[in-house]
Amino acid sequence: MPQDSNQGKKLDIRGLVCPYTFVKAKLAIEDMEMGGLLEILLDYPEAVHNIPKSMQDHGHKVLKVEQTGIKEWIIVVRKEKD
Amino acid sequence: MEFTDAQIQRYSRHIILPEVGGKGQKKLLGAKVLLVGAGGLGCPVGYYLAAAGVGTIGLVDDDVVELSNLQRQIAHSTNTIGMPKVESAKRTFEALNPDVNVIAIKGRLNKNNIMGIIEDYDVVVDGSDNFPTRYLVNDACVLSRKPLVSGAILRFEGQVTTLIPHEGHCYRCLFEAPPPPGLVPSCQEAGVLGVLPGVIGALEATEALKLILGQGEPLKNALLIYNALSASFRKVKVPKNPKCPVCGENPTITELQDYDAGYCQLG
Ligand SMILES: [Zn+2]
Repeated sequence: MPQDSNQGKKLDIRGLVCPYTFVKAKLAIEDMEMGGLLEILLDYPEAVHNIPKSMQDHGHKVLKVEQTGIKEWIIVVRKEKD
Repeated sequence: MEFTDAQIQRYSRHIILPEVGGKGQKKLLGAKVLLVGAGGLGCPVGYYLAAAGVGTIGLVDDDVVELSNLQRQIAHSTNTIGMPKVESAKRTFEALNPDVNVIAIKGRLNKNNIMGIIEDYDVVVDGSDNFPTRYLVNDACVLSRKPLVSGAILRFEGQVTTLIPHEGHCYRCLFEAPPPPGLVPSCQEAGVLGVLPGVIGALEATEALKLILGQGEPLKNALLIYNALSASFRKVKVPKNPKCPVCGENPTITELQDYDAGYCQLG
C-alpha cells in the first residue's frame, strides 16, 4: 500500500510484473492531488521503460528514473492530469 | 472502497484504459442496470455487464428456459431447461463474476409495477421481444427521466438506440405507436440468426457502459442498424419530435397505459 506524506506518495511494487506494475501505479496516482509526486520503487526491468511511457501517455510528467540497486529502480512522477 | 488484489487482476484491462481507470471501475461496481428480458438480447448484455463488473444487475423475465432458446440465448444451458430464465441467467452471471449481485425478478412489467422497479436503477436496457413491453418501457423511462438503451432483432437485421429522455429522441419520436398486430411478423416468419442478438446485445452493453462511465457519445438521436448478410452498419439520424405524444412539447401520454395486444413474441 502507498504511504502518504505531504509531498506525495511512495509505492513499493517490487515483486510485481506487467501489467500489474502499471495498474498499481495508475491506481496510486489516481487517488492523489494534482501536482503531487508519486515515487515508485520497482524491480521488474521491463516496467522501468513501460511505466514512464504509459504515465506520459496518460498526461503525467516523469521527473526521474534512477537505478538504485543491481535490480532496483525508482521512478518519480508528477500528477498533471485528473 | 479499496480494490482487492483479485479485483485489481480481474479489472486490470479496464484500469489501464485512461477512459476507465480505477475511478471508472468503481463507478461500474457501484452501478445498477435493469435488463428487461433474459432472452436473446438480455443474455449477452448481462454477460458482458457482469464481466465488466457492473455491481447490480436486475433481470426481469417471466419465461422458463426452453430447448429452442439455446440456439441464441447463451446464458442458459441444456442443464437449465425448465428453470426460470432469470434464475438460470443469475447463476451464469454470478459464476462469471462474484462481484455482481443479480436481482432476479420473475414476472412481467406492466403499467402498475414498472415505475417502482425502474426507480432503483441508473440505466435500463431493453431486450424485450414484443411491442407492448417496448412501448411501456419507453414511456416509463421518459416519464421518470431514466436513460434507456434499446435493441431489437429480426432475421438478419438488428438495431440499437440510446434514449436520454428530454435530451434526445424517444422510441415514440421514431414510431409514434406500436404497429397493429397484423403487420408484425407471425411466429413462423420470425426467425433469427443465432449470433445476431450477440452482436446487438454487445452493442447495447457498450452503450450502457459508456453511460455509466460518462465516456464517448451515446447513440442519442440516432439509430444504429446492423445487417448481417451485407455485413454493414448504418447510422440513421433520429431527430427528437416536438410533436411526440410522450416526450414532445404538449404530450398526450402523461401516464402509463395498458399496452397488451396479441403479438407474437420474437425473442
Ligand atoms: Zn419522443
